[in-house]
Amino acid sequence: MAKIFGLFFWLLVVNIASGQDKFLTKEGFVSFFSHSIVEDIKADNNQVLSIIDTTTGKIAIQLLMRSFMFEKALMQEHFNENYVESHKYPKATFSGEITNLDEIDDTNTVTEIVGTLTVHGEKKEISTMVDIRMMDDEIVLKGDFKVDVADFKIKIPSIVANNIAKTIKVSFELHHKPYE
Amino acid sequence: MKNYLLLFIFVLMLPFKNLAQDLESILEEEASDTTLTVSGTFNGTRLLNGHSVETRKTGVLEFLISHRFGRINSGFDQLFGLDDSNIRFGFEYALNNRLTLAVGRSSFEKTFDIYGKYRLLQQKSGENPFPFGMTLFGSATAKTIKDYLPENKPTFSERLTYTGQILVARKFGPNVSLQLMPTFIHFNTVPENNDPHDMVALGIGTRIKISQRVSINGEYYYNLNPFESIDVKNSIAFGVDIETGGHIFQLVFTNAVSMIEKGFIAETNGGFFNGDIHFGFNISRAFQVKKAKQN
Repeated sequence: MAKIFGLFFWLLVVNIASGQDKFLTKEGFVSFFSHSIVEDIKADNNQVLSIIDTTTGKIAIQLLMRSFMFEKALMQEHFNENYVESHKYPKATFSGEITNLDEIDDTNTVTEIVGTLTVHGEKKEISTMVDIRMMDDEIVLKGDFKVDVADFKIKIPSIVANNIAKTIKVSFELHHKPYE
Repeated sequence: MKNYLLLFIFVLMLPFKNLAQDLESILEEEASDTTLTVSGTFNGTRLLNGHSVETRKTGVLEFLISHRFGRINSGFDQLFGLDDSNIRFGFEYALNNRLTLAVGRSSFEKTFDIYGKYRLLQQKSGENPFPFGMTLFGSATAKTIKDYLPENKPTFSERLTYTGQILVARKFGPNVSLQLMPTFIHFNTVPENNDPHDMVALGIGTRIKISQRVSINGEYYYNLNPFESIDVKNSIAFGVDIETGGHIFQLVFTNAVSMIEKGFIAETNGGFFNGDIHFGFNISRAFQVKKAKQN
């Protein structure tokens, strides 16, 4: 009997310990910005899911395109209906790896993330430098990168071609908490 | 002992369940309720002549200019109706995502109209789906044309007509939407004594998208108890919607000349298949006058 309880205790410890190496957020922030001579377009998403496995350095991010909030409500509707086709491709995802994760501590460090970004059903390999901070109870990732609209086969009609930038700046800030 | 064994197996499974999962599947599990409201059932707040279930989002002011020319079969002398033009201006303001209030004025019979639209139910997809959307519409119109003898001057109340509609729509996938419009109209004044003051009609409409920004629309209202003193036809409309950013252009072919409910539903007298067709258009421009709510 004591052996069973010993094993039970040991498994419990393992369970907690193994839980500690994953960090998750459900309220991550991602925004994109398009600058053109006609207008600036910005949209924010505050419901981004992101998870980091500290043992492997792997990271997975996903967000709903419909959760991007625009200043103009009509623009938001058109973004979903006509541009990114949210009914067909509801999510954007990123799956990648943080390099040198074992060297990172609680001071701000710049490191590289490489991985695959999927938007509008189109995959694209990207790599970007990020600001990262790792504490016992939080991992913070911050940064921005640029993507070409054309890479994701998002059609822009010629009538609004001057309103939308060819290259979009994407910014993110993710505060991960321990995931049990 | 058996209980301990079960507990043992259960505990054993816990950590391995976590280990077996990859990061993507954890995210799938953690993703919250994915019920989404279905948007863009119709391109604009108008199907063609009448309203669609759509309302604008909080803080949007929409300006509408609509035209109906004369009858196409009026011949070359009238340049196929283009010499004759009726216009309606309207302003709609969305107080919130559900409620819109609006005013308009038509040159036809110099009629003012005020109305409210309230989005009662929205079609939803995802975890907790809902099959259709429902919007309530209510309007009052005042005819101000001086088409009476001086001694018969009507009171303000006698100029009024009220319309109530229950708009029910469903989007069947990204390209096809269908709408039903049960309608009730009350006339304070009718042409002759034997004409009904209360009228019931049923409308049906559809939108078929043929490209990302262009759709073909159709709309038909069947009047159950029309006026008896005048030869009233059911209103039919076909058209094309072209959407470009904040603008919507609608090209309309209809047998109705009026652009307000009581007019095209109850008082249309042109026969569509006799060629009494009016060409017209609706142009709308939406302005975000108050910043959209971040939620």
